[in-house]
This record gives sequence, C-alpha cells and structure tokens, in this order.
Amino acid sequence: MVRVDGHGGPASLIQARGLGKTYSRGGEQIHVLQALNLDVEQGEFVAFMGPSGSGKTTLLNLLGGLDVPSAGNITVAGDEITHMSRSKLTQWRARHVGFVFQMYNLIPVLTAFQNVELPLLLTSLSKTERSKHVEAALGMVGLSDRIHHYPRQLSGGQEQRVTIARAIVSDPTFLLCDEPTGDLDRKAADEIMELILRLVKEYKKTVLMVTHDPVVAQRADITLHLEKGVLVEADKPQGVAAGGVR
Amino acid sequence: MKFSGLILANLFRKKIRFLLTIGSFAVALFLFGVLAVVKVAFSQGIDVAGADRLVVINRVSIIQPLPLAYRDRILRIPGVQGITFDNWFGGVYQDERNFFPQFAIDVENQRKIFPEMELPDDQWQTFLKDRQGAIVGASTAERFHWKVGDRIPIRGTFIPGTWEFNLDGIYHGKRRGDDETQFWFQWNYLEERKPDRLKGQVGWYTVKLDSPDNSLRVSKAIDAEFSNSPYETHTDTEKAFAAGWVKQFGNIQFLIMSIGGVVFFTLLLVTGNTMAIAVRERTTELAVLKAVGYSDRFVLLFVLAESLVIAVIGGGLGLGLAKLFTLGGDPTRGLLPFFYLPGQAVIVGFFLTLAIGAASGLLPAIGAMRMRVVDALRRV
Repeated sequence: MVRVDGHGGPASLIQARGLGKTYSRGGEQIHVLQALNLDVEQGEFVAFMGPSGSGKTTLLNLLGGLDVPSAGNITVAGDEITHMSRSKLTQWRARHVGFVFQMYNLIPVLTAFQNVELPLLLTSLSKTERSKHVEAALGMVGLSDRIHHYPRQLSGGQEQRVTIARAIVSDPTFLLCDEPTGDLDRKAADEIMELILRLVKEYKKTVLMVTHDPVVAQRADITLHLEKGVLVEADKPQGVAAGGVR
Repeated sequence: MKFSGLILANLFRKKIRFLLTIGSFAVALFLFGVLAVVKVAFSQGIDVAGADRLVVINRVSIIQPLPLAYRDRILRIPGVQGITFDNWFGGVYQDERNFFPQFAIDVENQRKIFPEMELPDDQWQTFLKDRQGAIVGASTAERFHWKVGDRIPIRGTFIPGTWEFNLDGIYHGKRRGDDETQFWFQWNYLEERKPDRLKGQVGWYTVKLDSPDNSLRVSKAIDAEFSNSPYETHTDTEKAFAAGWVKQFGNIQFLIMSIGGVVFFTLLLVTGNTMAIAVRERTTELAVLKAVGYSDRFVLLFVLAESLVIAVIGGGLGLGLAKLFTLGGDPTRGLLPFFYLPGQAVIVGFFLTLAIGAASGLLPAIGAMRMRVVDALRRV
C-alpha cells in the first residue's frame, strides 16, 4: 500500500524518508522537495501529478538514482542508494530501474532490436540469449514485426513501445515513466497505458509515473500530488478498488 | 566486440562528415608519407655511407680537380688500407631530363673500395677488357630498359662529342639504400679524350681505412700532407660528405618537420572540433546510455574509440596512398634515386595517427564522461 506518512513497513519495495532536494540558482536556494516520505510496495502503479516545477521529475530522478538528494534517504529493495558512489549507482540502475522517457530517447542509428538490446550488452548474456530476451520484450509490446525498423520508420506510439521494451528487457525491479504519453495522441496514449497496465497486472511490475494528464493518471492505482515540494494526499481515483493513501 | 556495432552505427550517422574527417586524416598522413619519402631520398646516402671510408676533395670545391699523383702519397699514410678515384662526367643521354650520375672509375680498385655494389664476375671481366665498356646500376638499367650488350651513346658536356659505351654489366646494391643509379666507365677512356690541361687529374679520392676509429687522424694527416700545395685537400668521412651534399639543398629536415608539424596541428584542431560537435549532438543519447547503466568510463572510451577508428581508417588510407605513390618510382627521373616509404615512417605515422585520434577525442570524451544524466536530459 502506498504511504506518504513515513510509516511504511518492511514490505515496502521503495522507501523514501525525509527526502529533500535544494538547488542553488543565482545565490538563491530553491527547495524543490522538502522532507518527503514515500512507501511503495511491489506491483503498485503510482502516478505523480502536479504543476510544472513542482518537483515531479526531480522526485523520479532521485528514486531512479539519476540524481542525489540534498537530504533524506532512499532505500530500494533493501539497497540504500543515497550514499552510493556514482559508479555503484550506475550499476544499481542497470539492475533495478527501467526508464521510459517522454521523448522516447531512442538512438536513431540503431534498429528497434539494437535499441532494446542496449541494457543487455552490459550483462554476461550470450548473443543468442540476448536475442531471445529482446525478441520477447518486443513481442510483449506488440512489435515483433518491427524488430529491424529504425526509430524514424516507426510512429510515435511504436517508438514509445520500443522504449518500454528497452525498459523491461533486463527485468528491472521497477519502472520509472516520465510523461510516457506526453508526446502522443489520445489513441496512442491509451495503447501505451494499456501496455503499462498489463505490465503491472500480468507481470507484477512496480511502476512510478509522472504525468500532467488526469485521464492517464486515473489508470494508476493511486495518484499523488506534488505541491511546493511536498507530496499531498489525493482523493482515491475513481475505479481503483483497493490501496490508497494514508 | 559486442559494442563494435554501436560504435560503427554512430560513425555512419553523418556519412559526409565521417568521410570528410577520414579524408582529413588521409590527406595529412599521405603528406606525412610523402615528406618521409623525400627525407629518405635526401638522407639515404648519409645513412648508408661507409663509416670506414673517407672522401678527399679539392679544398676549394668539389668541381676543382686533384692530381692523380696524390694517390700513392695518400696510400702511404698509416691507417689507409686502399684508395680509388673518380671523375664526374655529366653527360646527357638522349635528353637533358634523363639525368643519372656518370663516373669515370678506377677499375683496379672500385670493387675493393665499394664491395656493396655487386655484379657477376664474368660481367666485370668483360668490362675490364672493354675500353668502351660500362657498368650501370639496376635502377637506371630498368629505367631506360637497358640490357647487357646494348650500345649506349652519351653526349659529353665539358668534353664535347658523342661517347659510345657498351653495356657490359649491371650492378645491384647489397642494401636497400645503396645507390643503383650510377653509370661507370673506365677512367682511362676518359683520360684518352681529355684536353691536355685536364690530363692526370681526378675528381676526388675515396679512401678505405683499416678501422673507422682512425678516420679523424687519417683525415688530418691527408690534409696536412697537401697543405700549402697548389691543390690543397679537404678530407671528410663519407657520411659527413654525403650530409654536406644534402645541406646544399637547404635544411630539409627542418622543412619537413615544420610542414609536418603545421599539418598535424591543423588536423588536431579540425578533428577535435568535429568530435566536439559529434558528441554535442548526441548529448541526450549519451545520457540515456548512462541512465540505463553504462558507466562514465564506458562513455569516455566509447567516444575515444570512435575518434580512434576514424583516425586509423583515415591514417591507414593516407599511408597506403603514400605507399602507392612511391610504387611508381622516382617522379623526378633520377634526382631522387632513393624513393620509397620506409617501414619506420609507416610505424611513426601510425602512432602519430593514434595520438592525434586520441587527442582530438579526449576533450569531448572527458566532457561526455563528466556529464550528469539529469542535466543532459533537461537540455532537450
């Protein structure tokens, strides 16, 4: 169950305590996140909403080990990541985090297959094993027939599916999705959300998603609002039968 | 190896830029190769000059003669093992552009003093019996398609008239750098047709020492022997003589180093700029690589590898073209008898290529290594 009061139990997959992030800009201290607590359990789908500049992406970056907090700590699957060195954090990301970006961020000179294979090149898997994993991931997102297509030969929705395949190919502990539908039309956005929901429901993936779109957010188990650097309890979204914020 | 596809895919991202950058390396290394060839052409004589041989010329200038009578006096100096003499002929074969060095030689001692110039004994014996006989180096024979038995007419310059020679033999140098362009004929044949005022004179002596250690002492002794005479001498080691000859063309080494330095510095700026742009364009992609688990060190090596691959392809192409250029032989038709790309220059060129490749990729690579993922993604 998602909690923001700092009283989550040992069952929490992701645990943030007293999380703060402060930027210095022109001598002025900007407190983007302040004493934020969060507990997310395995298999939960959490959406973060909030106005621009509220710190949604910053929170995602901190949870994904792309940035380090100014205060507090983060524990994921028992690993306290806050004080890891840069290189350790990189290795940790490779094992535990799958990233889905708004702008897809695929490498244009690589095919869908090669893009999805990228995280696996860091493993000790053989070429044959890598191929099996990549084909399975692309099959899971419904792109088995686009394996050898380059990003420019794919639609926006298909590109985002390749990004999702790249995020799940190494079977990470959780997925971080930063506005995954922000650059898509409604139909493509629905398809992507269906895909993410499938990953949560069928494959028990834990997904943390930032979005501006309330319709998209409604598909999550729970929506949390970030306002002035603090996670604010939100009403339980309609249609979500269980879970919620306490 | 599993990352090679990633490196190659990135190289071909901007094909024209890739080809132009490779072209920059190729042109620079081709020029380096040609400069190395020119350097060898001018310095090879110095490199292969005998350490145990001295050259004795007229103190005024090499074009001033020395008396033949000096031969026996030089031979008596302790440390002198043998001696031979030559005259420059300077004739023209068919056309003045067909330059090759022609020497009237002392047939009795030539092979003793220059054992590195080899030819079959039967050819040499034929030459000794033939007053109009001639021996030519393999390179010149090949150049004019001469073969043993050919009749070769040469127009005299300082001794006018047409000189007919029978080609009795073709010599080869033992070492790669030995001069195979010379044309030898009997000194007596020249002596017969010289005007009286020039008779009994030789162009220079080559002295063989019993030990290279004696070169300084014997040089001084020879010059002392003829000091205050109408024909004072200047004696030097064959190496110093060859070096002095090259110096007449200017400081070739300095010229080559200067041109090479400017070319490589320009190449460094051009490729450094290209790599910087290439990395800048891919900031987001490199950030994504880091996000999915690629280390800072990997990104550094990844960018460096791209730079090195470009350098190796371009450099290899340039050195290959330089090699092809030398296969056609001396383009000056005889002025540069040693015209080849030495293996040492290829090795130096290869390492220079790697150094420039690494240096041009280093700053962008360090920038990519230090780049923070969140900052890079925020730039989009």
